[in-house]
Amino acid sequence: MCTVCGCGDKPDGRYRKVKGGLHFGLGAAGLHVAGMSQSRLVQVERDILSRNDGFAGRNRSMLAQHGILALNLVSSPGSGKTTLLTRTIERLKGEVPISVIEGDQETSFDADRIRETGVPAIQINTGKGCHLDAQMVGDGIRQLNPQQNSLLLIENVGNLVCPASFDLGEACKVAILSVTEGEDKPLKYPDMFHAASVMLLNKIDLLPYLEFDVEKCLDYARRVNPDIHIIRLSAKSGEGFPEWVEWIGHNLEVRRIELETA
Amino acid sequence: MHEMSLMQDVLGIIEDAAREKKFGRVKTVWLEIGALSGVDPQAMNFCFDAVMQGSVADGADLVILQKPGQAWCMKCGKQVEVSARYDPCPVCGSLQLQVTGGTEMRVKELEVE
Repeated sequence: MCTVCGCGDKPDGRYRKVKGGLHFGLGAAGLHVAGMSQSRLVQVERDILSRNDGFAGRNRSMLAQHGILALNLVSSPGSGKTTLLTRTIERLKGEVPISVIEGDQETSFDADRIRETGVPAIQINTGKGCHLDAQMVGDGIRQLNPQQNSLLLIENVGNLVCPASFDLGEACKVAILSVTEGEDKPLKYPDMFHAASVMLLNKIDLLPYLEFDVEKCLDYARRVNPDIHIIRLSAKSGEGFPEWVEWIGHNLEVRRIELETA
Repeated sequence: MHEMSLMQDVLGIIEDAAREKKFGRVKTVWLEIGALSGVDPQAMNFCFDAVMQGSVADGADLVILQKPGQAWCMKCGKQVEVSARYDPCPVCGSLQLQVTGGTEMRVKELEVE
């Protein structure tokens, strides 16, 4: 047996695999092809996401140099992200310059809604893509050219799977979960709730009409991420918004001090 | 379906390596995928042939080395193996686990000629 995946060896020591077959194995790739005459092994050891992470790192240092707080808002479609964004902008736009990057597969509806609030917004259409990547966001930032000491809100494509893996260079991911979705979402999509630093439990004004166990939901979220900061709010009624706005204000202040002391 | 874009990045890494190490054809690609990486090995396999078509790795075999998820239990202090982020500690049952391994997604090795 070959030490890599347990497939059968031929008598001459060359292993054979089914064409296009998928081999699962736990062993490390070793010297099992030493006897092969024409082939050689090339060690690569490179992270698949290294290209994206390179762009993300450049975005992060550029944002830090300008004291910009970037938040990557992630959720499933229909959690109320865009309404939450417009309400957040309405409350903060007198206090801090804001710009927005909107990610969707198609249409510029969301960027249009944001522009109605009077802040600059750019729409990135991913086409067939299911997430924003760091290169797209870098292009978006250059076009938006956000002010020093400002807030950059990035609304990712509505998807609780793929955006978890793609670092955009943001300060942190903010996961939005609405109470109409079911309390077990953090366990169903653990990677996202693990990757997020903050969870906003949205639409809590609807709780009297639903069978949604808030404590169970928060418990599930902490199970995949013991450090997650949770804020319960309603973008519609405004309940819980002071805490959210205060959280942003605190982090803007941290950014500003970081820039001053850099 | 982010496995498709991840596979595009795999191809990018292979093409960089081909230029650097001067090889013309890839026969086997070894990927290391952690159990907690958020990637479905079956979906990676599904994309592989389509993405590699017409490249130096056209027709290559794909081998996926799965790495188990590992975590440190904040309660009992043990290093434990987990298969999902919401798994409790298999020793003491605590949910306060800090993931320490199994999140990798890496092109490990290539067999080339």
